[in-house]
Amino acid sequence: MTTLTVNGESRSIKASPDTPLLYVLRDELGLNAAKYGCGLGQCGACTVIVDGKAIFSCITPVMVLEGRAIVTLEGLGSQTAPGPLQRAFIAEQAAQCGYCIPGMMMRAQALLNRDPNVTDEAIRAELQPHLCRCGTHMRILRAVRRAADELKKKSAEVRAGR
Amino acid sequence: MKLRSVLLALLAVGAIGGTGALLYAWESSIDPIDPRSAGATDTVMVRRGASLALLGDCATCHTASGGAPYAGGLAMPTPFGTIYSTNITPDPETGIGRWSEQAFVRALRSGVDREGRHLYPAFPYDHFMRVADDDAKALYAFLMSLDPVRSSAPPNGLPFPLNIRLTLAGWKLLFLHQERFVADPSKDDKWNRGKYLVDGLGHCGACHSPRNLMGAEEISASFQGGVAEGWRAYALGRSSPSPVPWDEAALTDYLARGSHPMHGTAQGPMANVADNLSLVDPADVSAMAYYLASLGKGEARTTAKIPVASGPGQQPQAAGVQVATPPLQSDPGGAIYGAVCASCHEGARPLPFGGVGLALSTALADDTPANLINLVLRGIPASTDGSTHPIMPGFGDVLDDRKISDLANYLRTQFAGKTQWDGVAKAVADARANR
Repeated sequence: MTTLTVNGESRSIKASPDTPLLYVLRDELGLNAAKYGCGLGQCGACTVIVDGKAIFSCITPVMVLEGRAIVTLEGLGSQTAPGPLQRAFIAEQAAQCGYCIPGMMMRAQALLNRDPNVTDEAIRAELQPHLCRCGTHMRILRAVRRAADELKKKSAEVRAGR
Repeated sequence: MKLRSVLLALLAVGAIGGTGALLYAWESSIDPIDPRSAGATDTVMVRRGASLALLGDCATCHTASGGAPYAGGLAMPTPFGTIYSTNITPDPETGIGRWSEQAFVRALRSGVDREGRHLYPAFPYDHFMRVADDDAKALYAFLMSLDPVRSSAPPNGLPFPLNIRLTLAGWKLLFLHQERFVADPSKDDKWNRGKYLVDGLGHCGACHSPRNLMGAEEISASFQGGVAEGWRAYALGRSSPSPVPWDEAALTDYLARGSHPMHGTAQGPMANVADNLSLVDPADVSAMAYYLASLGKGEARTTAKIPVASGPGQQPQAAGVQVATPPLQSDPGGAIYGAVCASCHEGARPLPFGGVGLALSTALADDTPANLINLVLRGIPASTDGSTHPIMPGFGDVLDDRKISDLANYLRTQFAGKTQWDGVAKAVADARANR
């Protein structure tokens, strides 16, 4: 039995320890945001955050994840209460088919957690491992920019409030 | 009185010695030229120079990350401090726009810039000294044909006394044995061309030979393996650790394409070298392979039956090539191998997704775990030119240091059939710090 911490909750996993995290998230925990794209760690659709870093869940067996903090897109907000990055993607209408978007958002979130003052070049470089075949790249970049600006404004307000 | 005369005598000897050393170390300035006069007109020569510049990997060091090609500014960490590469575009103020051909050839072969300052041996003039006149002139013609880029390199971060360039005269006296290439009449032209390129412009030994404490190549241990930017540059020839001995065909293929099904993919600094060689005159690459093959073969170290990935298009991407992961092992490293590595490395997927069977891995057979750890941490990025060498995701954020150590120990004993490396944990920490 493997125990995982997913979006702050401790979950007992029945699947064999060599099962990729993606299958466990989707099939056992009902967290369907992360997508199966290539199964080879090359397209980015399955990306989630582990200990603050974006990783490909399709090639990561659960046995290496015990005791580590896993965050999926469901952890960033809900349909009724979307988080800042989710609001930004909605505002920019950044999804066309939307299959790549959860992965894009998770890597973008990891980047913004690390550095909210991020440059446009850094956003582009960071999202480089992610493939999108619809071609909404410009909207995706705008959405990440919008979320970064909102986070910056908020932290400035918090500082001013003190 | 006696003491005073002894002191005076010592002082005199010191002064004469010092003056002598200064005279020895002193190099004259070569007059600047009018930058407008240097525009090359001989296009054949410029083309040849372009191919030679690729063969010498000039742009690899003389280009900062994201910067204009040949405009310099790349930070090169050395055991002695950080050195920044210089701008070799023909900009008159910050590049070599005022350098005459004579000044360029002197810099290339003797490591002295136009103004007479000694250059640090991070610039491999200990190899470039062998470059023939015609090739040196073609390189000059090519570089002077580039668009001038205004860009100054940051000052070097070297401690005293290494920041005094005159001290380099002492280094050169000890370690630079000025020589031109002399063809061996007992060998054919292809061999001589290959040796000339490998030892000269190609400067293969700069990475593939060990260096002494003063940073000079150990001539007696040529091609016995060295290090470059945190990567191991494997021994070549008879001492090669490759499980399958290299032959001329494999070397030609690998140098020109950056990967070979029986040897894997060029990584680290060698990836740049192979990228460059893919654009060089194929006759030159072939000559280099011919000469390198003549250095001798290592012994075959594997009898394992090796699955060779087929080329693209020879096999449907999905049909029957997904392998079930092997049963879970109790060895912690073996468990990780089975769950993380085996589905690619034991699958028979076509390139670029087919992994090399690990019994073929030179990284596992080598004396240090450096390259294996770099590979596991960073993976192998997809090519940017659309070629189909293998790719691999990095696992640096997935596996912690302990798990990477477990995996390294398992792979080393299981696939290379050798005893575990010493200092794996430290090597993992070093590789992460280097990232």
